[in-house]
Amino acid sequence: MKVFVNGRELEVSERISLLDLLGLLNMEVKAFGFAISVNEEVVPKSRYGEYILKEGDKVEIVNIVGGG
Amino acid sequence: MLDYERLLEEDYLEIGGKRFRSRLIIGSGKFKSFQENKEVLEASGAEIITVAVRRVNITDPTKENLLDYIDPKKYQILPNTAGCYTAEEAIKTAMLAREATGINWIKLEVIGDQKTLLPDMEETLKAAKFLVKEGFVVLPYIFDDPVYARKFEDVGCAAVMPLTAPIGSGLGLQNPYNLIFIKESVSVPVIVDAGIGSAADIPPVMELGVDAILTNTALAEAKDPIKMAVAMKYATIAGRLSYLAGRMPKRTYAVPSSPLKGIPYKT
Repeated sequence: MKVFVNGRELEVSERISLLDLLGLLNMEVKAFGFAISVNEEVVPKSRYGEYILKEGDKVEIVNIVGGG
Repeated sequence: MLDYERLLEEDYLEIGGKRFRSRLIIGSGKFKSFQENKEVLEASGAEIITVAVRRVNITDPTKENLLDYIDPKKYQILPNTAGCYTAEEAIKTAMLAREATGINWIKLEVIGDQKTLLPDMEETLKAAKFLVKEGFVVLPYIFDDPVYARKFEDVGCAAVMPLTAPIGSGLGLQNPYNLIFIKESVSVPVIVDAGIGSAADIPPVMELGVDAILTNTALAEAKDPIKMAVAMKYATIAGRLSYLAGRMPKRTYAVPSSPLKGIPYKT
């Protein structure tokens, strides 16, 4: 199925969890400075494992960077 | 204890129930490296540093993080909503910032114009109202408008952050009277958030009674950001002390400093 991650279309397997998606992208969950939203709703870090993505979901993965 | 430390012993900047010694707040954008940013932060004496929320590069996610360099236990991290053009975008960004940092402070920025980066006050106020209700400590970037400043205080903002010139312009103090009016119209801290170009721009602003200065570009674009950070630290202290000391009145004509009586050879 297709999902969108940070605006990019990505082909992933059905019923993939957020945690699996992060694994696929080679990303580690950092306790500080890291957040994810799906369809504009923030998903708490404690729920990444149980959160199952659906076709067409829009995932935003952000971190903290320098800014004024 | 240094002279100025003794004189400012009881002088705190208080925001959202937290007390700070330094009245200089710095940004973390545009520095050459995280290491330079860290050294600038230490040299400036600032206790609050702004950060931004951005997408992780999904093709190269293993990059170093700014927060590997700046200890959030030691410094107050102030995430911003830079780049947002509507209340809705700013609210969503603030929610991500809170999840990312566990910090409920937000420097609320809702821009209305790409060229000048001036704030959209209507959208900013809308977002401020919502975020205060959501439990955020909201510090909005605003135009130097005393009427609007009061509206932001009324909806529960922890401070107001008027510009003195556009973001990144380095034009320095442009309208002292508006800042004076803002200081008179609100009781929350007034932090000048944009327009500072160098350390020399800070004392004239602080002398008006403004509570703190936020600056980023003037540090990052200085030839030597560390030296500028030290200069700004002392410029902020100088401006604060000068305000507390109270300036003499301005006069059109000269007034002699030496006695008029007893001048030698005068008949």
